[in-house]
This record gives sequence, C-alpha cells and structure tokens, in this order.
Amino acid sequence: MTLEEVIEREGYSVIGRPTPKKDGWIKATGEAKFADDLYFPGMLHGKLLRSPLPHARILHIDTSRAEKLPGVRGVVTAKDFPGILYGDFAHTRDYLPLAQDRVRYIGEEVAAVAATDMDTAEEALDLICVEYEPLPAVFSPEEAMQPEAPQLYDRAPNNIASKSEFHYGDVEKGLAESDYVREDTFETQSMKQGMLEPHACVGLWEGSGKITLWSCKSSPYVVWRHLAMGLGVDPGNIRVIQTYIGGSFSGGKQEGMPMDFCAVILSKKTGRPVKFVHTMDEVLVIGHMRHSMKIRLKTGVKRDGTLVAQHCRIIANGGAHASIGQLSIFLPGLGLNLPYRVPNVQMESYRIYTNTGFAGALRSHTQPQICFARESQIEMIAKELDLDPVEMRRKNARAGGDVTPSGFKLGTFGFLDGLDRVIEASGWREKYGKLPRGRGIGMAGSGMISGARLMSHSASSAQIKIREDGTVALMTGSADIGQGADTVLSMIAAEVLGVRVDDVTYAMIDSDVTPLDPGAFSSRVTLWTGNAVKQAAEDARKQLEEVAAQKLKADPKHLVFRDRRVYVRHDPQRGMDFASLVRSTQNRLGHPVMGQGSYTSGDEPIAVQGGYGNASPAYSASVVVVEVEVDEETGHVTLAGIWNASDCGFPLNPMAVAGQSMGAFTMSMGQALYENLIRIEGQVMNPSFRDYKMPLIVDLPKVENVHLFDIITNDPNGPFGAKEAGQGPGDGVIAALANAIYNATGVRVKSLPISPSKILSGLEESRSNKP
Amino acid sequence: MKQRVPISLTVNGEIHELFIPPWQLLLDTLRDELGLTGAKRCCIEGQCGACTVLIDGKPINSCLYLTIEAQNQEIVTAEGLVEDGKPHPIQKAFVERGAVQCGFCTPGLVVATKALLDQNPNPTEDEIRIALSGHLCRCGAYVQITEAVMAAARETAQKEVGV
Repeated sequence: MTLEEVIEREGYSVIGRPTPKKDGWIKATGEAKFADDLYFPGMLHGKLLRSPLPHARILHIDTSRAEKLPGVRGVVTAKDFPGILYGDFAHTRDYLPLAQDRVRYIGEEVAAVAATDMDTAEEALDLICVEYEPLPAVFSPEEAMQPEAPQLYDRAPNNIASKSEFHYGDVEKGLAESDYVREDTFETQSMKQGMLEPHACVGLWEGSGKITLWSCKSSPYVVWRHLAMGLGVDPGNIRVIQTYIGGSFSGGKQEGMPMDFCAVILSKKTGRPVKFVHTMDEVLVIGHMRHSMKIRLKTGVKRDGTLVAQHCRIIANGGAHASIGQLSIFLPGLGLNLPYRVPNVQMESYRIYTNTGFAGALRSHTQPQICFARESQIEMIAKELDLDPVEMRRKNARAGGDVTPSGFKLGTFGFLDGLDRVIEASGWREKYGKLPRGRGIGMAGSGMISGARLMSHSASSAQIKIREDGTVALMTGSADIGQGADTVLSMIAAEVLGVRVDDVTYAMIDSDVTPLDPGAFSSRVTLWTGNAVKQAAEDARKQLEEVAAQKLKADPKHLVFRDRRVYVRHDPQRGMDFASLVRSTQNRLGHPVMGQGSYTSGDEPIAVQGGYGNASPAYSASVVVVEVEVDEETGHVTLAGIWNASDCGFPLNPMAVAGQSMGAFTMSMGQALYENLIRIEGQVMNPSFRDYKMPLIVDLPKVENVHLFDIITNDPNGPFGAKEAGQGPGDGVIAALANAIYNATGVRVKSLPISPSKILSGLEESRSNKP
Repeated sequence: MKQRVPISLTVNGEIHELFIPPWQLLLDTLRDELGLTGAKRCCIEGQCGACTVLIDGKPINSCLYLTIEAQNQEIVTAEGLVEDGKPHPIQKAFVERGAVQCGFCTPGLVVATKALLDQNPNPTEDEIRIALSGHLCRCGAYVQITEAVMAAARETAQKEVGV
C-alpha cells in the first residue's frame, strides 16, 4: 500500500503528511535557548581539572592556592561528595562525580572550580596541585585481557568489564553440516558522537535543599536518578529541566556527568548558580564514544547460499568505565539475529577495561559494526560460491511473523520489499559487475529494534491537558533531540483529538512536572512514547465524547473529532466547535480534560548477559545500495548515489523520516570513510574538528542522486503502524560502502575507516600479486 | 589583565556602546554582552561554522574575530534577519524543507545562505555546496539544507521580479 492509500483508507487528517518541525522557527531565528544560552544573575562559571595521566593513584590534592585566587568562589574534589558509585546497571556501576583515589584515563575529572568568570576559573585550575603516583597502564583490550596486565578494577579480573554469551541452536553441528565455512576478522574504530553542542549545564542548590539542574539532557529522568545516586540525596529534592538540545547521539547527554554533579555541589558551596560548558577539546577527549571492536565472524552456508550457522566473537574496547557497556556488548547479538534466517547462532562478546576514554552508546548502538562484518562477509561468501549476492540475501531474508533463535518476535519486517525497491531503483542489474573500473556499486541489509525492552525502566508515559481555547498541552518524558519527537508526538495527539499540529504544545522535560519516561535513545520514542501519547489523547477524547454525545444527542461511537470540530459521522452539520466543547466540559461542568497514557511491552525480563526473549515490540528492516567512484591515484572515494529503503511501519511524518534516514546514513558514512579517534598511549591525538573529520555537505551526492523509500508495513504494535526510523537506515551503510569499494577496485578492506591509504595499499598489493 | 576598552558596535542595525576586554571574541560579545545567542559556541577554531555572522555582508566565524576589529562595520546575526517579527524567506525555507533538526548549526547556515544569495541570487548546486562547505551538521541534514537554499533562492528571485 502507498502512503496516500493508507491516508485515504484510514481518513487521517494530520499524520502521514510531511510536517515541518515544530521548533524549527525558533531554531532558525536563533531564538531557541540551548544550555549554554542560559544566564542567571550572579551566576558563576565552572571548570574541571582533568587527569594528565592514563593510570595513577591520587596521593594528595592541594586546592589552597586556587581558593585564594581573587574571583574564585569555590573548589571541590571527591571529598565533597559522599563517594557513592552511580551509573546504570547495578552490577557494573563504577562512576564517581570526581575521581577519588585513582584516575584511569587521560581526561578523567579530578577537581572543579567556580569563579566569577571563565578566565579566572581556568587560571585557578593551574593552581590546583595534584600529587600522582603513576601506575602501569594498558591501552589495548587484547593486552588488558592477559593475566599479567595492569588491573583497572578489583571487581573485574582480566579487565572484563562485562560480557555477553549466548548460543541458540547447535553452531558446531551447523558448521559441520555446512558446505562452505568462512571466517574473517573485522576491526572497527573508536568514533565520537560529534554533536555540535558541547555539554553544558547550570546547577542551583537552594538553601531549602532543593537542587535544580538545567541542561541539554536527552534522558532527563536518567540524569535525575544519577544525581540522586551520586549526591546521596532523595530524588524528590532534585529537579532536572531540559533545555533545547544541540544533538545527542548518546554522547553523554543521556546521563549524569561530572559537570552536572560539580555544578550543583559548587552551587551548594557558593550559594550561587554555577554554569559549566565543555570546550570541544574536552568533549572529544572525555569518554562517550562508539566501542572499537574486533569482530571474528565464522559463517557456514550450504552450496546454494543458505545460511546454516554463525559464530561471532567480539572484543570491544570499553575504556576506563563501565558506562552502559553491559547493554552495548549484548546488542551485537541482535544484529546476528536479524535480518537473515540463521538457525544456529552463537556469540561471545567481551567488553574490556583499558586506560582510555570510555565507550558507550552512539546512534544505532553497535549495530553498524556488526552489520559491517556480516554484510561484508556475505558478499565474500557469494563471490566464493559464485552466487548472486542479492539472491543470497533474498534466499535467507526474514519476513514478518518470524521468531529468531533467541526469541525476537518479528511482527512486520519489510526486508524483501525494501530489497526489491533499491535493486530496481538503483539499476543494480545493469550496474553490478558492469561499471567501468573505479566505479562500483554495493549493498547491505539490516534490521533494528524499535526500542529495547532490556532496561529496568522501559515504559513510557504521557499526559495531555486541554486548555479552554482548545489547544493541547502535551507532556512526555522523551526529549526532542532534533529527531522530531516534538512534532511526531504532537501529530499523534492532534490526529486523535481532531486538532491541528500547531494547536499542540510539546513541553520541555521537567522532572518535577512531566511524566516519567526513560528518554530519547534506542529508537524508542515514536513507538513507545507514541503509543503512550495516543492513549493519553484517546483518554482525553473520551472525556469530551461523553459531554459531546449529550449535547449533540448522539451515540459517542458516532462522533468524529476532526478539523477542530466534533460532529456526528452521518450528519456532519450536527456538530460543535472543539474549543467550545472543552469550555462546556471544564468551565461549566467542572470536568478538567486531562488525559493520561502509558506503554510498555510486557515485563518478562531478558538477561542482558545473553538471555532469551523478545528484545523489542517491533523491528524495522533496511536495505541500502550505494554507488561510488574511487580515484585510484589518490584513494579518494566519491559517493555518487544512495538508494535507501527502510520499513518504518508507517511514516507518521515523512519529512522527519527522510531527515532521520539521511542523518543515520551520514553518520555511518563518516564512520566508514573518515572518522577515527586516534589515541597514542591513551592520549587523544585529534581532539578537534580540524583533525577529527566528519562528513560535510560536499561529501554527499547531489540531491538528484539521493533516493529514499519508505516501506509501509503498518506494524500492529506501533502507533498508527509506525516503527523506528532514526537508526536502522544507517546500519548497513558501512558495509554497503565497503562492498561498493570492493566492486570498484577489487580491494576488500576489513578495518575501519576505509581510508585512502588502505585503498591505495590494497591496490598496490593486487598489482604486485599479478605477474 | 582586567582592562576594558570602550567600543561602538552596530549589530542588526542597532548601535551598542560597550566596555569590553580588548581580546574579547566577537562571538562572546554577541552572546554574553548583547544576549544574541543565535551564534553558537562550538569548536572555537573556525571548523564548524555554528558561530557564523555577517560582517558587511560577508560570512565570518565570529569565534575567530576580535570584537574591536568589528567596529564601524555592519554586523548581522540570525536574529537580525527577522523583519517585523517575520522570519526571513531563508529561515522559512529551512523550516519548511526539513533542514532544521537539532538546530544548533542552523543560525550559522542561515546567515551563510544570506551572504551567498545576496552575492549570487541563483546559485548552482555546486555553488551552494562550496559556499556551505565550512558548516558541520551532525544531524546529517545536508540534502535538506541544499534543497532549502534552492527553495530560498527561488522565492527571493520571485520576489524580485514581483511574482
């Protein structure tokens, strides 16, 4: 079914139409206030002192000289905090607001200063004297796993921060019964989220004990919990208020950070609001980055290309803290289970502590890495067996209704539709193997969850209040991070209540006011929070229906809410204005119209160490084709065309879906071709956008060569059939580029980024191999 | 080190008499003294374009420009493109074409587009790409940004011929 057919059939008045972002105007005019744009009278400026050593004991910290500097109002160290670990999974929790007796990476926060201006705060940092006793450090995960390696934490022998192991079916038997078995090792690099807005916050600790943090947080309730944990105070005393967010990608804005703790504790000490803003250098040096991984993938297939067994072993560099790594190291198993039918799967994955900045989530948490390995290898297998790579994927593709070996229940899964669309649109059959040398085409497939149900807090909630002018106040706990949560959730409410998108206001998250919700991550917002919003709007509509039915002398079931009116379906003249219905209900009858809704997808837990169970209420499917041109003199790759099809269930806001699809694509393209956080002995060598290269406008193909396709499957678990759209479309991109570069040059690169030098040395090698 | 100098600065058509440290960046003056926070503090080394403002019609990185150098020049920020409370056609095109996601790069891109279209009302796609190649958009809305600039160019051209 096409988009238009669904809109027509369902009679949608709001959803399905490209809708500009609600906050677009104030962002384009510069009016929107991001965290660093906040100013409070009497506000102090904070700065953090960081460890210059990768691993050391802290013997003594002398802050006295800094405290005496005119303009300095307060200095704090670990002693100012209760020493309680905070973080996500209880069994791996290892964050402290400031390092207590040991530092474990260059850049770790050791002390903080608040001063009347930024220059004074920076000057004061130089006056803090920290006496360190250097300890042996370890930087590579393989070395860190050796028994004699320096240990980062007593609780983690061999520096294994977390591991995940699962085995479904019988891989050994499957490999034995395969006609062809192939094993490859793929390496992926450390990559930064690269959001343009540096972390920033303002903390205020009032005399009453009330603690407020204003910050660009994508998951304000997670921050709220973290602050309560690390400060050792009752969560009820803490209020987290979200500002506009200049990109998140899980780059730290999803959790409590040292700057947040220091802002509030320095406010307690000084009696003034305290603001912290990271420099971009700090953003790039501190933790929060994509895990670099070594992925060993062994796959067994039948002669005809039928996948029989896959065995995957992953070693990931976790850096100096656990972060959300227990989840990170489980999620590659998700990639193994999707999008192909492999009856026997096994994975052992280890996340290793090293003395480097810690890794965590980044847009499409670990999926692009596992897709790079799997989709590159499928291509190599197809070549070995002289099979068509498209047909090999088609033969093994999953479809709606499938249950994976580890228990994922696929409701809808439009993989094959997507495959057909991109193969046809890209002219694959005319191009594959037929393009001139230096020009190539490549593809990859992927599947993605619509929100993981693996955390202790997965459920979403929403509240709606209708004002007497008929406008709607919508509140959830899912922050808009630019992905368009404000707009798509408002569209859902507007559709149900029969008002316009402009009639709905979307509240900033405020932990004192807005309902509990874990926040914006894991591609969960549209489906989870969307369902909660739909339910809240239906609840509010029901309250109005009862009054309207009486006034219009009609059966509530026959009422239509549309275009700011409520009317009887078979007699549209018999109706009333939405706003006057609200006024009658609230102001005359005394029934305030307030709807509430929530969504969860069952409470049977899944062990993140590798347990059986349905990881998400819905799964998206994506297939991407790219065409490249490789300059064999320079190794430079030019992207000539993109064809990307994604099954988002139903595109509630096609404009946002296209934005998300290209956003995910562009980020993966950066990882494939350019980005790499280079570290030598734990020191970040490129902490600047001058040297950390992200895609620019000139790196994308021209507009006419970008083709996006929404595959409509109307998932039964999604609000109005919708699934995720923000991450899946990027999952296969790295592999598609690797495959296209191989197609263009015959050079197969199995480590990221696929830099010009790797392509050139591959070309050199193939030349020297020829007689 | 705390000395300040008096300067006169023309921003968005308004004259401001200020007393600032001579080393203060134009970006910091705009944001911290004048409350014009549309120009964003990001890389502070001229790599991302988020702090872009116009000086005498030319786009510059205000993070690499001393305030005292901007005296006797016309400074225009994203806020200054709004006329009579109405967003500029460029701002409108960015919103309507889906070129705004997180919006952190948007004010800089909007003023850079203004400079481009003032100088070249009918740019080719290549000219747009080159003009905006100093601007990072990590949300990856480059295709939508290109379309927005094309739409704004069409709109501006139509206005000029009185359609």
